[in-house]
Amino acid sequence: MAGITDNGKEHQHTITALVQNHPGVLARVAGLFARRGFNIESLAVSVTENPEVSRMTIVARGDDRVLEQITKQLNKLIEVIRVVDYVEHSAVERELALIKVNAEPKDRSEILQLAEVFRGRVIDVGEKTFLIELTGGPDKIDAFARLMAPYGIREMARTGVIAMARGTKTA
Amino acid sequence: MAKMSGAQILLECLRQEGVEFIFGYPGGAVLPIYDALYDYRDIKHILVRHEQGAAHMADGYARATGKVGVCLVTSGPGATNLITGIATAQMDSIPIVALTGQVRTTNIGKDAFQETDAIGISMPITKHNYLLKRTEDIPRVIAEAFYIAQSGRPGPVLVDIPLDVSLGKVEWEPSSYQKDPDIPSYRPTYKGHEMQIRKAAQAIKEAKRPVLYVGGGAVQSGAQAEVTELSERTNILVTTTLMGKGAIDENHPNSLGMLGMHGTAYANHAVHNCDLLIAVGARFDDRVTGKLDQFAKYAKVIHIDIDPAEIGKVVHCDIPIVGDVKTVLRELLKYVEPRPATEWNRQIMEWKRKFPLIYPRDGQMHAEYVIDEIWRVTEGNAIVTTGVGQHQMWAAQYYKVKRPRQFITSGGLGTMGFGMPAAIGVQFAFPNETVVCIDGDGSFQMTVQELMTAVVYELPIIVAIINNRSLGMVRQWQELFWSERYSEVDLQASPDFVKLAEAYGAIGMRVTKPEEVEPALREAMSQRKKPVIIDFVVPTEENVYPMIPSGQSIEQMMLRKDLEQLRASVDTDGEQWSFADQEQILKQFVEQPARQ
Ligand SMILES: Cc1ncc(C[n+]2csc(CCOP(=O)(O)OP(=O)(O)O)c2C)c(N)n1
Ligand SMILES: [Mg+2]
Repeated sequence: MAGITDNGKEHQHTITALVQNHPGVLARVAGLFARRGFNIESLAVSVTENPEVSRMTIVARGDDRVLEQITKQLNKLIEVIRVVDYVEHSAVERELALIKVNAEPKDRSEILQLAEVFRGRVIDVGEKTFLIELTGGPDKIDAFARLMAPYGIREMARTGVIAMARGTKTA
Repeated sequence: MAKMSGAQILLECLRQEGVEFIFGYPGGAVLPIYDALYDYRDIKHILVRHEQGAAHMADGYARATGKVGVCLVTSGPGATNLITGIATAQMDSIPIVALTGQVRTTNIGKDAFQETDAIGISMPITKHNYLLKRTEDIPRVIAEAFYIAQSGRPGPVLVDIPLDVSLGKVEWEPSSYQKDPDIPSYRPTYKGHEMQIRKAAQAIKEAKRPVLYVGGGAVQSGAQAEVTELSERTNILVTTTLMGKGAIDENHPNSLGMLGMHGTAYANHAVHNCDLLIAVGARFDDRVTGKLDQFAKYAKVIHIDIDPAEIGKVVHCDIPIVGDVKTVLRELLKYVEPRPATEWNRQIMEWKRKFPLIYPRDGQMHAEYVIDEIWRVTEGNAIVTTGVGQHQMWAAQYYKVKRPRQFITSGGLGTMGFGMPAAIGVQFAFPNETVVCIDGDGSFQMTVQELMTAVVYELPIIVAIINNRSLGMVRQWQELFWSERYSEVDLQASPDFVKLAEAYGAIGMRVTKPEEVEPALREAMSQRKKPVIIDFVVPTEENVYPMIPSGQSIEQMMLRKDLEQLRASVDTDGEQWSFADQEQILKQFVEQPARQ
């Protein structure tokens, strides 16, 4: 009989959990990952259309079977209503990033052009910096950050991924 | 509508939940509750001597009755002292509600006197927990706590009650209390999937070498009749886990006793060679499976469990059925056809004859003999609790129970010190039963203070200390796997247990010879007002066998060296068995994989 942690494959998992909007739920959910030594790569939490329900989106990478076990344990938490695991982008994933990049006068038009290509918006123009807002999948934001790196990124904040299935399917 | 304090509301809710006993210990943060208890007659409060004892008593009560056990302690050190007991209950899925005092809500987070984050500390060791913030929430939270503790897969629930919440007064109508509330995000599955159940019946029909592997889930769901009927109808033999003891009468010819590390050789052989493993309310603990890729390696697996997270957690499962064991087995019995006993049954019986549980009757007072005698003298009717160690495993092997909830032991956490307080909880639940705690000299000393509790409440529990003057189980591992380097396992320096018993006001006896065992037990059983401590002085250098070393398979199973000799001396039907047969016998079966 094969132990289930044997030859598990590693993938990135985007896990969406609908939870009761109670204090402490986040600690319970995070604890399940921490106890197994899993790093949460990103986490986004906010209330849904129903103020009693919050939606958490957790991105973690790891052994599929261990993550399956974590998902089942999540489901067991009394305050968790539903859990869906989107493995390797089977859902629409979006993130919002704020990037404060150095913008010397000589670089400004170049940066603006790049931002435009990525449908970013400059929301603050300082003497030496731009603050750019960008939404998209994590890959797009990574790519934009790479392009900005040569100018010097002073600060970057990302919301973490939120995800939703296409079509009529709901979490 | 009358105004009631939070403490009064709490007690009224407990009463409506049918709580008979609160095992507890007072302190500043629970003073309002203790004040309300002062003239509350419907619930009996049991004053323990250490909060760990309170948790184990609530746990023992819950294991013996199937009802929710309740303990109550103060904040800070009161709450932290409970932790071992809560974790013990969590690992064995035992329904308890732990009520902890907390500092005032306005002081939380300010390092107030005796403040500790009971919610944070207990989060990974409870099924759920609550911090009460408002007096008016008490009825809802208590109702949810009891419902969650005992429904689905049971477990401990902690409710943290700040001082101002129990002090606060609100208008409340006791008749408005709602038991078993609906919690939309918590809906356990009780009924198994019919298609899956039919598949299981088909697999049972097709199996050539099936075995039932039954765990604590069957005990919890009260499925002894169903397990027994399934076994009798199909002639499938039953092995249970430590927690599953009593899921079938262990005197039943279809019982193979316990499996796993210290399970019977025949149960382990049966599981190793089976082609269908029917796991019923069991969770494939590593003490059961040993090396995973060898465990039941020819078998298809049916796994019946109320907890979906158990399915596929440890081993691959072919036919999962999520649901309450009793409910699922009842459904399954509608489809399962009678099956005759086969060659496979004969084979297992042969193993049973070849590898009996046996010990020498050589004039020495062996631990196994003491336990065997306890079983004989109590006519197998006692409710047994244990500590953790060799004595626990010997008790599991030799105290053959008739029914579920008769063998009460810390399985998952392996908590030394569990036995005596658990026995106290059991005796409160069943004042007229014989309750025997089979304890180790080490384990006993971990919660010895609860002897006072047993004396004060005149509980006639019998504590049989299997005194090997050693942390025997650790000594065994050091002997077998650590080159006999006996590091810190000597317990020669222990109190005189007879005098200790007397100092507490209990009865103490010492037994050193085999012929003294029965009279001592009879005398102890005739005592109905006081606990009796019997110090059974047994040899130090003895090991529990059979043993499959940790993480290994049945091929590494160690049997007692004198087994053949001992068996020859009791085998009455004249047939001679040679151990060389063993390979022949196994060969008939082991080369036939179940999955082509
Ligand atoms: C609280 C706790 N501490 C340590 C252990 C590790 N342990 C397991 S068995 C054992 C020895 C138990 O000694 P005793 O109670 O005398 O039982 P024996 O094995 O001698 O029968 C120890 C120390 C444990 N299970 N629980
Ligand atoms: Mg000992």
